[in-house]
Amino acid sequence: MKFMLLQDYGGVARDVPPMSEWAPEAIEAHIQYQKDLNAELRERGELVEAQGLATPELAKFVVSNGAAPTVVTDGPFPESKELLAGYRLIDVESPERAIEIAAKGSAAPAHDGTPIEQSIEVREVMGPIEH
Amino acid sequence: MVRRFGDFSDSEDAVQEALVAASTQWPAEGTPENPVSWLIHVASRRMTDRIRSEAARRGREDAAAADRAVAVAPQTEPDAAPGHDDTLVLMFMCCHPALTPASAIALTLRAVAGLTTTEIGSAFLVPEATMAQRISRAKQSIRASPEPFRMPEGDERAERLRSVLRVIYLIFNEGYLTSTGAELARAELAAEAIRLARIVRLALPEDPEVVGLLALMLLTDARRPARSDAASELIPLEQQDRTLWDREAIEQGAALLAEAVARGAVGEYQLQAAIAAEHAKAGRAEDTDWREILGLYGLLERMTGNPMVALNRAIAAAMVDGPDAGLALLADLDERLEGHHRLHSTRAHLLEMAGDTEGAIAEYRLAADRTNSLPERHYLTKQAAKLNERDVP
Repeated sequence: MKFMLLQDYGGVARDVPPMSEWAPEAIEAHIQYQKDLNAELRERGELVEAQGLATPELAKFVVSNGAAPTVVTDGPFPESKELLAGYRLIDVESPERAIEIAAKGSAAPAHDGTPIEQSIEVREVMGPIEH
Repeated sequence: MVRRFGDFSDSEDAVQEALVAASTQWPAEGTPENPVSWLIHVASRRMTDRIRSEAARRGREDAAAADRAVAVAPQTEPDAAPGHDDTLVLMFMCCHPALTPASAIALTLRAVAGLTTTEIGSAFLVPEATMAQRISRAKQSIRASPEPFRMPEGDERAERLRSVLRVIYLIFNEGYLTSTGAELARAELAAEAIRLARIVRLALPEDPEVVGLLALMLLTDARRPARSDAASELIPLEQQDRTLWDREAIEQGAALLAEAVARGAVGEYQLQAAIAAEHAKAGRAEDTDWREILGLYGLLERMTGNPMVALNRAIAAAMVDGPDAGLALLADLDERLEGHHRLHSTRAHLLEMAGDTEGAIAEYRLAADRTNSLPERHYLTKQAAKLNERDVP
């Protein structure tokens, strides 16, 4: 079964400064943790795709009714913390395994080396009709 | 095939190639007596080809590419003997003006370089089915266009050659600019681009820009081993371990460049190659002849009017006359490159040189927020963090 693990720019309850204010080693440790997790999932045959998205500064909202000119709204957005930062699409044997992976992603190291406790949204991808 | 050769995926590709060959040959020559053994025979031959050495592969490519010309383009000269010209015509077709760059790239890799759809898909991080569809739509656009399968002439030929060179350079850049994940597939893309340029050169040995592009790619690719660390994070040019650079590629590139320059006509790729050669010449970053590089960027900017070139010229100016000279040049670019991450990262770099730590941190952060490349975002964020740490210990 496939799950989408989603991560937005908010979702950290603790007081964590923006990443560019971390020590360089802390940034490296965080990035390495995410890469290692992806490598582990790839090795186990569970990773479909993992991507980070460009920042909210580059986000646009688009609305169209098919006739009038398309309405494109540029940032900055007041709710930019709710925007998606990145996702992992995984294919696993059970919902329990999806939660285990999300938990691992959530515990990536923060600026001080302790787990960042990022909230991860776990959503099952809808599949075909089961007979 | 799997029983015989062991490798499932390669066998599958070989069988597919045999089926493609059948679809073009059988209607023309009739269905063979034993179709299955014909397919297995042809697929096995393709498989043996695959297993051969890299050197043998190069030689085979021309023939294979000429073979595929039939599948890609309307067949007008079925009896013409396959040769370099045919490969070139095929390349002209693949870089057809009716195609978007993305389609031209995919089609060139499939039909000329002989990569499988799976390989191309994984190099561009696109599902195989999507890539197959992109290639098939590209073939349809070419079939639908009035352009016949022939060598373009005169001005048109020069124009089309420019798009061929551009497509090759785009393929190279896709491969050279590291992205997350499929890095091996990407290194392969850079190698394919170099091989494609060599094929064009065989057909057009006299064209200085073809040689210039080949030299540029060799000189740039020579830095690959030094460009990223063990964690595949970017290492900027001035911090690279230059002993890791591929000396053989540099010598080849420099020799080709000298050959192109001797022909007289100066072009964009030659100038870029000349700049890459200047960097390659310097044993240490501090030995770089920035005055020479500044002059070359000046010529390149006049020739192309490209604001990205102007950014590089600003860096060279800062290295020759100090950061303020570079910053003054950047001020002129604000309007043309408003909000572009590279304008911010260049300004950050020059402010850092000038000792304006706070200004540099702010610009690094702006650049990090605006780039769409993950390794670059990591690099810029770390730059801001390093200055921040130094500033507020």
